[in-house]
Amino acid sequence: MSASGVDLSVLHPTARDRTPPADLPPAPPDRSGTPVPVLLLAELVLLIASVAASVLIGTSEVGVADLGRVLGTRLGLPVEPLPGLLDSLIWDLRVPRVLLAALVGASLALCGAVLQAVTRNGLADPYLLGISSGASTGAVAVVVLGLGAGSFSVTGGAFAGALLSFGLLMLLLRRSGLGSMRIVLTGVIVAELFAAITALVMIASGDADTTRAILHWLLGSMASARWDAVIASVVVTVAGLCVIWPYATALDGFSFGTDTASSLGIDVRTTRIVLLGVTALLTAVAVASVGAVGFVGLIVPHGVRFLVGPLHRVLLPFSALAGAIFLVWTDALARVTFAPQEVPVGVFTALLGVPLFLLILRKRGEL
Amino acid sequence: MNIEVDHLEWGIPGKTIVRDVTLRIRSGETVGLIGPNGSGKSSLLRCIAGLRKPTSGVIRYDGQDIQGWNSRQIAQQAAFVEQSADSDSDLRVADVVALGRTPFRSPWKALDRTDQIVIDAALERLELTELRSREWKTLSGGERQRAHIARALAQQPWCILLDEPTNHLDIKHQLALMDLLATTDQTILVALHDLSLAARYCDRLVLMSGGTVIADGTPGEVLTAERLRNVFDVEAHITSDPLGNLTISYSRPGVTIATPGPTG
Repeated sequence: MSASGVDLSVLHPTARDRTPPADLPPAPPDRSGTPVPVLLLAELVLLIASVAASVLIGTSEVGVADLGRVLGTRLGLPVEPLPGLLDSLIWDLRVPRVLLAALVGASLALCGAVLQAVTRNGLADPYLLGISSGASTGAVAVVVLGLGAGSFSVTGGAFAGALLSFGLLMLLLRRSGLGSMRIVLTGVIVAELFAAITALVMIASGDADTTRAILHWLLGSMASARWDAVIASVVVTVAGLCVIWPYATALDGFSFGTDTASSLGIDVRTTRIVLLGVTALLTAVAVASVGAVGFVGLIVPHGVRFLVGPLHRVLLPFSALAGAIFLVWTDALARVTFAPQEVPVGVFTALLGVPLFLLILRKRGEL
Repeated sequence: MNIEVDHLEWGIPGKTIVRDVTLRIRSGETVGLIGPNGSGKSSLLRCIAGLRKPTSGVIRYDGQDIQGWNSRQIAQQAAFVEQSADSDSDLRVADVVALGRTPFRSPWKALDRTDQIVIDAALERLELTELRSREWKTLSGGERQRAHIARALAQQPWCILLDEPTNHLDIKHQLALMDLLATTDQTILVALHDLSLAARYCDRLVLMSGGTVIADGTPGEVLTAERLRNVFDVEAHITSDPLGNLTISYSRPGVTIATPGPTG
């Protein structure tokens, strides 16, 4: 026993099998003082409200009743269907677009949180590994070289390019111990290589229209969102979250570097390979469907860490939800600010993200 | 837990850093690992902690070869405290100590009541209870070091391997830590620079130089003026008080010590 009555004998290995006494004091409250499940529920409600609100916002007036009638029709409820054009606008364009924004936002923020922990680098974001550059090269190659036509082949090309760049990254890293700095530097090299190839292809093509189309895509745009992209994103995002979630404690252990993590029983190399692979896949799907939307993956995890702390069991789900809310609203802004002209959503994520980021840094006393 | 190291070799390409180390550590012993900079102490500790794969040789925990064990199996037996493991994160002291529970946690489970009791005890043992909610970057070097030691204790290890744990600690906490290491019946292997501290608290000292063990025995047997001259390149004067505590005073080679004997 210590002076304050704490039983220190539990620190001995022979105490491992002891059952805890029944009269334990309650666990100390979380740093925010609010239980985590309550916060999560609140954020989930906020996300659903954001999605609903965002569907109603746009160049054509849509009311809550209209949305209810569209959903009612799909669910087979006895409601009067909307006129065909409006129904199609809501169900085939607006709804998938907002859902895709939520999924991509969740996916990118999740990847950012994971990569910041894996590389122990606060500047890490989903594009750090060169995935987006590879995707751009793939998309540009498809558009310029005219392999196929339509939005699907751009998506397909981007996805192929993303996987190609990730393959190259892992090839370059195969003999290394996957050290943080090594990952970051190799990612930068891969990104630069593919950026150069993209520029080369674009200049060689010399077509102003193509260049403009590609630029729009590079900055990220939800405009071409359809249900097939939503379904692909749902599957990959949910699967990704399921794979990443069990590594939450391991990611906390990474805070003090490889040796300490390893001494805590974490298989550092396997963890890194799995997490790099999953984030690469999530990023590839996100970039292929909407282009390289910047800043979400960088700032959302920082903002969430500021609110709920750095423990990944809490940080990961919160980042995903916050990223979803953030992109739903920035996409709504992108749609309506200069309507009917659309602004690439990446412009707004940066315009909103920069001041938010500065605010967080200032609050944390790092600026 | 007893540890056996047999003919251990480890190195990086082009350089052997640990060469032909054979070592026996009995269960419950407190063994000090001493030697000049670059003598291979840290590397040997990392090999024994399973963090480096030996090029050849065998390491056994309680007679079992740990080659082929995964890091979780090792972490359930031995805890390791790095020289200065730092972080940019805002983890709180209690979060850091909670990391010590990692080897026993399933990935799906939050910390349970047992974990919480052990974490509280580890915090209390290192006098960190008051600091439990403090964020990492607000801590002093010594407080960080104590948090890491508390984290190692929370692993409920049979053996603790520590690399220069007294760095950054003030005198009071140095003595408190060494007292903790000397009195526990867990097996302790601790690399130390302070020879007086090592002599006073360790049951046995292992002296390394050039990657290999050159002396192994009680502090009185290992710490001789001649050996310290050969290994550390210093003139040492060693006195023993009636309780058997050794006091060592040093000077650079060629400089005579004017008044040898206990100081302070």
